Amino acid sequence: MSNKTLPTWIDVGVIPLINVCLAFLVSGFVILLIGESPLEAVQWMITGAFGYAEGIGYTLYYTTNFIFTGLAVAVAFHAGLFNIGGEGQAYIGGLGVGLMCMSLDSFMPWWALIPFAIAAGAAFGAAWAFIPAYLQAYRGSHVVITTIMFNFIASALMVYLLVNVLIEPGSMSPQSRVLADAAILPSMKDVFAVFGVNIANSPLNIALFLALICCVLVWLLLWHTRLGYSIRMIGFNEQAAVYSGINTRRTIVITMCISGALAAMVGINEVMGAQGRVLLDYVAGAGFTGIAVSLMGRNHPVGIIIASLLFGALYQGGAELSFEVPSITRDLVVVIQGLVILFCGALSLMIKPTIEKLFMKFFAAKERANV
Amino acid sequence: MKRQLLMLTAAVAFASSAVAVELKPAVVFDMGGKFDKSFNQGVYEGVERFKKETGIKYREFEVTNPSQREQAIRKMAQREANPVLAIGFAQATALEKVAKDFPETKFSIIDAVVSMPNVQSIVFKEHEGSFLVGMLAAMKSQTKAVGFVGGMDIPLIRRFNCGYAQGAKYAVSDVNVISNMTGSTPSAWNDPVKGGELARSQFDRGADVVFAAAGGTGVGVYQAAKDAGKYAIGVDSNQNHMHPGTMLTSMTKQVGVAAYNAFKGVKEGSWQAGVNVLGLAEGGVAWADDEHNKDLITADMKAAVEKAQADIISGKIVVHDYMSNNECPSL
Repeated sequence: MSNKTLPTWIDVGVIPLINVCLAFLVSGFVILLIGESPLEAVQWMITGAFGYAEGIGYTLYYTTNFIFTGLAVAVAFHAGLFNIGGEGQAYIGGLGVGLMCMSLDSFMPWWALIPFAIAAGAAFGAAWAFIPAYLQAYRGSHVVITTIMFNFIASALMVYLLVNVLIEPGSMSPQSRVLADAAILPSMKDVFAVFGVNIANSPLNIALFLALICCVLVWLLLWHTRLGYSIRMIGFNEQAAVYSGINTRRTIVITMCISGALAAMVGINEVMGAQGRVLLDYVAGAGFTGIAVSLMGRNHPVGIIIASLLFGALYQGGAELSFEVPSITRDLVVVIQGLVILFCGALSLMIKPTIEKLFMKFFAAKERANV
Repeated sequence: MKRQLLMLTAAVAFASSAVAVELKPAVVFDMGGKFDKSFNQGVYEGVERFKKETGIKYREFEVTNPSQREQAIRKMAQREANPVLAIGFAQATALEKVAKDFPETKFSIIDAVVSMPNVQSIVFKEHEGSFLVGMLAAMKSQTKAVGFVGGMDIPLIRRFNCGYAQGAKYAVSDVNVISNMTGSTPSAWNDPVKGGELARSQFDRGADVVFAAAGGTGVGVYQAAKDAGKYAIGVDSNQNHMHPGTMLTSMTKQVGVAAYNAFKGVKEGSWQAGVNVLGLAEGGVAWADDEHNKDLITADMKAAVEKAQADIISGKIVVHDYMSNNECPSL
């Protein structure tokens, strides 16, 4: 890579920032085209995302989901695997969380239940990632194809279970029963209430802390363990990894399982936290957004936290925008989100040569001046 | 005491007149979006009609993920919108939470029951309307086989399917009912290509009338029926005009009227909390009979359906509701 020509702060700081600005610039044109003021739109998005307590709560609640799925994509990406199946892994992981909670919630409060719920969710998510991983490692089926197919299988399986098995008898909508109050994760409102601070109600719950813990764990795993070293080595050069004695097949399977388990933690935030039950489509695209988050965050936990916050703000600010400005429909909000993903993900390296040239010019001039 | 009472009456009168002056209705559409050519769109047309007739603007929001339901309803209530209309069974849980926090606000919900003193629940007996179109389908069929294409596989659609099968078997006892669901994700509401494929496969299996309860997917079903020279039955809105000669009838569900009435009721002070079940008797569901399909419906068919309709209303025929026990004896 040409990393040597650019200092890190430009590569991970300036370039993503320029990309976001470009995306907003293009979005601004689109908003202008439909006859609304782009400045007003930006204002609504920012106030919606950060302007008041409830908005911040929603932003951070979305952020929590994106951190989990972003980490899931990043871990797999370090091994050169493109895990598109975060959506399905999160969905099935939530099933594991839900089943565990439903079987134990009558005699356990949340703090006793959470280790079991995490274990069950992780096991389900990992199991869902295991099959594509095994097929990739031992049979050569490409993981991109298989994981995306597994999203559809997950969706069909969940509908079957929710419509036929888990549905609350007599209920209109396909969803499981609501968990016992004591088993649902405390919301941030409750947490702050303990300290005597009253904040607005939102789905934000203590799963955010779990997300931050996961960030630290992923960082430790990737850069401070032998397994992490193997994962990154496979990503850099698989042949070299084989030559140096790494069992690449086994490592690929383990990596994917870790990835699936991380995605499954969305289930903790949603099933055990915000929704308090298993319901249809609660993942709502977080698995796919995780790909953009990871790309934008350069597959590093710190970058992922920042990128998740940006996407959380986009989700919540976007909802606020379409609420306040009726002519900006939710479809246009998807366009704006899509442009950000396009510029930060797919086109992330588009402006790099230009920046490099500019930097070299500036740098070379300074060099000469110094001489 | 008397004076207090008088003041109270005055206060109530003042409060209600204030409501009448600045009526701020709001509607929260569900994930299908207001242009889904079906359920949400029916509501949209109803509230648009209200806007046109009264000149009162309404606030609206289309949710894109499950957590936005509560957020949107709560926000509408915070902005002092009244009444707030929630669309779809999926919003029931969210509405329950919000209605508790805003006891002064009037809420209406379509397709679900929320038992609260300030919530009006509007539900339809889709199985009754489906029963009638099932009868028509069976009587029209030459092959003694009729098809059903559902949208997303959820209990509500199975209720349509079950009513349809019962009606078909009531009219022609040995009719074969072939049922398919388009899919298991919300995209199944808008997949005309797959709808067309399912319809064609049902024709290959012998069906010659197909009922689509599948939102936008139905468009593909009707087209396939037209191409194959078979008959199709529309849903929710009257879709007879889409392919005259192919559309046998439509099972209409008056969601637009329900939405319109919810707003209008608050405006005129006739709004009442409680459950509003709209079946055949209430005109909430019906089979569409208009100039586009009059050549397809024979006098015998019409007489039989009208008799069944009267029997259902009088209680002589009881159409089994799939959602009462999640089972369908006729399938």
